[in-house]
Amino acid sequence: MIPSPRLTQALLALVACLFVASLLTGPAGIPPGRGLVALLTGQGVEGLVMREIRLPRAMLGLAIGAALGLAGAAMQGFLRNPLAEPGLIGTSGAAALGAVLAIHTGIYASFALALPLMALVGAGLSTGVILALAGPRGSALSLILAGIAVSSLAGALTSLVLNLAPNPYAASEIVFWMMGSLADRSLLHVALALPFLGLGAALIATTGRGLDALTLGEDAAASLGINLTRLRLKLVLGVAALVGASVAVAGAVGFVGLIAPHLMRGAVGARPSRLLPASALTGAAILLAADIATRVIAPERDLKLGVLTALVGAPFFLHLVRRMAREA
Amino acid sequence: MLVLENLTVRRGLCPVVEAVSLTVAPGECVGLIGPNGAGKTSLLRGALGLLPATGHSSLAAMTPDARARAAAWLPQAREIAWGISVAHLVRLGRTPHLGRGLDDDGAVTHALARMGLENFRDRAATQLSGGEQARALIARALAQEAPLLLADEPIAGLDPAAQIATMRVFARLAEEGGAVIASLHDLGLAARHCTRLIVLSAGRLVADGPPREVLTPALLAEVFDIRAHLSDTPDGLVFQPLDTLHHHGGF
Repeated sequence: MIPSPRLTQALLALVACLFVASLLTGPAGIPPGRGLVALLTGQGVEGLVMREIRLPRAMLGLAIGAALGLAGAAMQGFLRNPLAEPGLIGTSGAAALGAVLAIHTGIYASFALALPLMALVGAGLSTGVILALAGPRGSALSLILAGIAVSSLAGALTSLVLNLAPNPYAASEIVFWMMGSLADRSLLHVALALPFLGLGAALIATTGRGLDALTLGEDAAASLGINLTRLRLKLVLGVAALVGASVAVAGAVGFVGLIAPHLMRGAVGARPSRLLPASALTGAAILLAADIATRVIAPERDLKLGVLTALVGAPFFLHLVRRMAREA
Repeated sequence: MLVLENLTVRRGLCPVVEAVSLTVAPGECVGLIGPNGAGKTSLLRGALGLLPATGHSSLAAMTPDARARAAAWLPQAREIAWGISVAHLVRLGRTPHLGRGLDDDGAVTHALARMGLENFRDRAATQLSGGEQARALIARALAQEAPLLLADEPIAGLDPAAQIATMRVFARLAEEGGAVIASLHDLGLAARHCTRLIVLSAGRLVADGPPREVLTPALLAEVFDIRAHLSDTPDGLVFQPLDTLHHHGGF
């Protein structure tokens, strides 16, 4: 379950550095030393900026990056497919639909947490639909197909909401939200997301042995005493909690869950159980770095996090695919 | 080791295994033979409880954990999803024993040695040739160290030396007090290395006994649609299929 100590230490150090760097980056231009003091004392305007703006942003970058990396590694291990990503079971599409409805109906204007709460409701409903569609004993394939169906439906309904947007401002607000961002999130968002992220991580953490055994296929894994029905339930609920909470507070941030497992697969000897923690730490590092980059590259333009991860992630993914093709 | 009573496996309404009863004792190396579609795989999977079945199977009646320690299963599909090392692949056979304070490393080393894979230990399993992968997967099943091994066409696609060596490993497991049930299409190897043959035809058990008694011209004609040469030689039983009989029109 635990990767080699040196790899873990290196990843932990990297994540810690990026976390601090994220705390020290922002338009307020607070010098690093004073920023850290202000974070500890909470005094004055600088204390307010550090504690209410930058701390939740850095915490969410860390937690959501780790959640996406963990969910991606778990999905790839379960489906035995390196192209699987956390959104495959439809949770992210459904969570986005819930959030978009909150924006469309305007209820989030009067109650800020309505948006993430409705996204969580969307994620929960889609999970129920997935489990009902794929059946309790269905194969990995039925799970993928059910996920595609739910994703398509959620996507169509999101388009419908955009189509029916009362004015261009509402439409652009929806579009910008869907691009994904960690800007202007509060500690309330952190408090809302963390229980779900913790629950999802706890569920996925128990799947390591089953994911390893699945390397041999479903039949052999079952003969080794792995309860596939329970494994699948834990996996779907765990991934849904991780992805649902992530989308609820950050919007759609793509490619992190796809790429983090690829980056670490070689380093952990391709073993699915050891990939879980390594991919989680790598996901955290990627998202923290990307979120810092959005603030450094274009401080005035509010570059969206999801746009950046896709811009960097897609070519990088192509590079990985080419490398895999060469090795095969 | 294994007791089946009236085991019936259905696909839809159609029974693919019908009312099979048999008992396998320690020391037996059983060859499960029969033409394509006779129900060999379904019988093995039904006996393990991996397919829904009616009747009784002593293995299917166990909890999954207990069954995993009582019987190892080598499926026909040779799946290796990730490029893990051969040693880690073989170690997956220890899954039912992990955390029980047993010598997992020793079991892995022993299984690798039995299948002649000592030099492949650290190689990525997906980089091996098809035959080497098959051997690595057999080693995985051996590392499980269950008293009973059920193997579905374990020697298909292996070179002749590896086929014979694998059959010898199975025979040795039986001599050591275990039991093996392997579905086989090579009747020559089955005749030479198995202590007992079980013949399935259209889901029914049609013959069960020592190879010399089972492989009669009448049975070969009826079940396999072939005629064959069978003789006792100083090197043991020699079986060679000679021709098809085209009872069913051939192809």
